Amino acid sequence: MARASVHIAALIAASLAFAGVARADDLAPYTIVGDGIPTSLTGSPGDAARGHALVLARTTTCILCHSGPFPETRFQGDLAPDLAGAGNRWTVSQLRLRLVDASQFNPETIMPSYYRNDGLVRVGRSFAGKPILSAAEIEDIVAYLATLRD
Amino acid sequence: MSVWRAIAAAALFAAAPALLAGEIPPDARRSGYSFMGLETRAMQDDDTANPGMLFVLDGEQLWGKKTGSAEKACADCHGDARSSMKGVAARYPAIDKALARPVTLDQRINLCRANHQQATPLPYESRDLLALSAFVAHQSRGVAITAGDDPQAKPFVDQGRDLFMQREGQLNLACTNCHDDNFDKRLAGAPITQGQPTGYPLYRLEWQTLGSLERRLRSCMSGVRAQAYDYGSPELVALELYLMSRAHGLSMETPAVRP
Ligand code: HEC
Ligand code: HEC
Repeated sequence: MARASVHIAALIAASLAFAGVARADDLAPYTIVGDGIPTSLTGSPGDAARGHALVLARTTTCILCHSGPFPETRFQGDLAPDLAGAGNRWTVSQLRLRLVDASQFNPETIMPSYYRNDGLVRVGRSFAGKPILSAAEIEDIVAYLATLRD
Repeated sequence: MSVWRAIAAAALFAAAPALLAGEIPPDARRSGYSFMGLETRAMQDDDTANPGMLFVLDGEQLWGKKTGSAEKACADCHGDARSSMKGVAARYPAIDKALARPVTLDQRINLCRANHQQATPLPYESRDLLALSAFVAHQSRGVAITAGDDPQAKPFVDQGRDLFMQREGQLNLACTNCHDDNFDKRLAGAPITQGQPTGYPLYRLEWQTLGSLERRLRSCMSGVRAQAYDYGSPELVALELYLMSRAHGLSMETPAVRP
């Protein structure tokens, strides 16, 4: 009996700790207009140079799937369109929505939703409740993609 | 490719009713071997260069070594592995009658240790367990995979298929997104294969050691930032069983070498 209650206490403590880890970070609110998000998630424009570095960074995962005008690395994927010329094909508003939630363009897409923290299955403990990218990182990447013009 | 695959799938529809949309038709199934560079293939093909063969040799020693309080070796019950173990790994995971669920080759080895040798279980990914399973699976080299044919395995194969199709993790990707829909393409410059389980345990140059199929599945899960299932969990066993049934007819190649 005493043993059982210790176990239960431990279980409760563990599940509280887990709930603490899994609690969602708050996301900045945004409004979809047409096929885009017209206003910056942070309220200010992103930094294209930082965006360039982010797209190339392994941790943002973009070039796992995409290739692009990146002569500095040969580790590029070909599961997705080449990013060269993305700034011609899409407006800033469309690019922002594409990063926030690409399933708005194609419900079956394999491109992850970079600004989402719920409705996902079995997210790893250290990632639970967090979006893949922060609002500021999204803005930096959007600013960079907009410069990719043929 | 996809048009061709659709035609092949349509042609096979009558013969293979179990094939779901997106699944690879039998004659288009290819081992990871066919995606590798010439150097890695040569390393796998030459037993004197294949680092996995060192584990097989260790396993052969362990096969003949008495262990546990029963003081019995594997060989005392099973004799010469060359004949008694031929084709066994091609049928695993297999249903254990007493447990009424599928067990992997690693689990079978540990069940034999517990029940027949009265020995403690070998930890997952330990050198001895990898060596024994490599030695046993090596006896099936060249044998066509039939795991999952047992009608009792059906619900577990189905569970594994559901897991394979399930999107998961922070990146929200399913196994099928890479290994059915995008094999032959490149992820960050590295080839994506069909994820066929033909060569396990296998030597991965990136790991610098032999590793089990479960280790591989866990790293794919971590790759999509999902919480990997524990070694030996029912989910990993079901996934393994589905992968083996999906590889039906492909030849075993343990110990394979992969980049
Ligand atoms: C797992 C694969 C994957 C990852 C990772 C990924 N994408 Fe994509 N992306 C796609 C696919 C596939 C498409 C094609 C359209 C579709 O299916 O949504 C696409 C489309 C795009 C487009 C429109 C391309 C065009 O010109 O038509 C842009 C821009 C884009 N992605 C940017 C990014 C950026 C930036 C990142 C990282 C922050 C990223 N993607 C990460 C798979 C991916
Ligand atoms: C984002 C892409 C991606 C996803 C999703 C993914 N994998 Fe993989 N997988 C890879 C890559 C890349 C490799 C290494 C190259 C190769 O062997 O295909 C790999 C390797 C494998 C292998 C080894 C094949 C061999 O020849 O040794 C198996 C088996 C496998 N994956 C199964 C799975 C399963 C099961 C899942 C889901 C739990 C999964 N993968 C999810 C990309 C992925």
